[in-house]
Amino acid sequence: MKPVSERAHTEWMVTPVGAGPVARRVVLGIVTVVTLLFLVAPLALIVSSALSQGVGVFFRSLSDPGTQHAIWLTVITALIAVPLNILFGLAAAWTVTKFEFPGRTLLISLIELPYSISPIVAGVAYLFVYGSQGLLGPLIEALGIKVMFALPAIVLASMFVTAPFVARELIPLMQVQGTDEEEAAVTLGASGFATFFRVTLPNVRWAVLYGAILCNARVMGEFGAVSVVSGNIRGQTTTLPLQIELLYQDYNVAGAFAAATVLTAVALVTIVIKVALERISREIDVTPARPPGH
Amino acid sequence: MRRSVIPGFGLSLGITVLYLGAIVLLPLCALILKASDVGLAQLWGILSSPRTLSALRVTVTMALAATAFNAVYGLLLAWVLARYEFPGKRILDALVDVPFALPTAVAGLALTALFSKSGWFGGPLEALGLQVAYTPLGIAIAMAFTSIPFVVRTVQPVIEDLGSDVEEAGRSLGANDFQILWRVIFPAIFPAFLAGCSLSFARSLGEFGAVIFIAGNQPMKTEIVALLTFIRLEEYNYEAAAAIATVMLAMAFAMLVVTNAVQAWHLRYLGRGDA
Repeated sequence: MKPVSERAHTEWMVTPVGAGPVARRVVLGIVTVVTLLFLVAPLALIVSSALSQGVGVFFRSLSDPGTQHAIWLTVITALIAVPLNILFGLAAAWTVTKFEFPGRTLLISLIELPYSISPIVAGVAYLFVYGSQGLLGPLIEALGIKVMFALPAIVLASMFVTAPFVARELIPLMQVQGTDEEEAAVTLGASGFATFFRVTLPNVRWAVLYGAILCNARVMGEFGAVSVVSGNIRGQTTTLPLQIELLYQDYNVAGAFAAATVLTAVALVTIVIKVALERISREIDVTPARPPGH
Repeated sequence: MRRSVIPGFGLSLGITVLYLGAIVLLPLCALILKASDVGLAQLWGILSSPRTLSALRVTVTMALAATAFNAVYGLLLAWVLARYEFPGKRILDALVDVPFALPTAVAGLALTALFSKSGWFGGPLEALGLQVAYTPLGIAIAMAFTSIPFVVRTVQPVIEDLGSDVEEAGRSLGANDFQILWRVIFPAIFPAFLAGCSLSFARSLGEFGAVIFIAGNQPMKTEIVALLTFIRLEEYNYEAAAAIATVMLAMAFAMLVVTNAVQAWHLRYLGRGDA
């Protein structure tokens, strides 16, 4: 008898539950229909709406100065927030997986905390730090720096909501890899940085990339937190997701769908890269460790 | 603390604590500080106002409805991905990631267009007398869409790891399919299932982007807590915004405690209590 799943290694002696022809057909049928209605239809609708008025209208909508500025602002935000997130993820994962120290479990919980918090709460919280009535508001104002309703607040709020993204991919992986290789490198005289860049980083590079692309998708698509801290100033602090709402409220449906198509493309590319990276890391898992330096 | 030969503890701990402190903890402390500045009487006034209570009721009820839908559909989806081989399986698996990868504003825009009167689904449903867009039902659909991956991705690996031995043992003892499903398989995946559902519920409580497009946002009817917080801010009513945001934060913490407890139970159940 054939194994039911490529991951099930045991040979089945009897028909597994749900593998009968009727049960299988019914369950697969329900899942297929609901998935088409629930997950595929929204994607299909975005693409068809954006293109229904012709490719010309689509590109004209995208060349709207407001939308152009929103695209630029979104890209800049991602270019700042994602590298910082990678740095944090590497440092956090290195700290909690290569060392034992009191408070380690608490630190792991804190790293994952932003996952549970509504983006709106994050945005409001930032207002009470950098807003004119906030904790640091007077100080920031005295220094003449503009944080709220400007690029710095957009970046900070994006960093809040995505804080766990890279760390969460790295921690389980580095936990499994242990500390033997690093200890060997250090014992052989490698410096801390050499050990990190030549031993640790090559072992986790795919996971870093994986975390980074998920982080990038979230930064580019963040709505709630950014809509609070950006002040939604037309043509100045509207990122692409905010621009979609703005266009929609202006009854510029074609423009909204054109902008949404750009973000949908980012999402689909993210998923394709994610699937590819999963395949690469699965292959690495099954192939024996390569000799160092190759 | 065990001495380690690996250097860099100070530097990496420093970066981690600085980042978490400045980016995550400082704002949360500022929020709680602001809320604690509001007097108890005023706090009670804000939270017990009909509009806040109505927003809380709509949010919690619709998050429960969304979670109930995701519980059933997510479980079936996880089952199909873990136990069946069929053409298009990889595509189905990738589709599960769509709600996480797609920005919530895009999801909201698309769902609204689907369920509006002239939309693909809205028209036929209207003929049946069912209105989804601009009603609480629309809120539930948006919440379900954005949180479906939580159930699938929590349950799927557990179903994949189920050994065939217990199932075969059950079979050899004379159990039928239904009995094995209910008394052998379901108990084994139940903790993961519960954890996935609580994650989905927590995410639904805080969802903003997808919901505000489809909800219609009528005060006392289709206004969610997250939007009410936003509206209070726009009115410069910072006390109310801080109070309501703190309630949302408290709900998130409560869900976190529940989820962690369920997951700890789950790990014990699997006999991996050391994690």
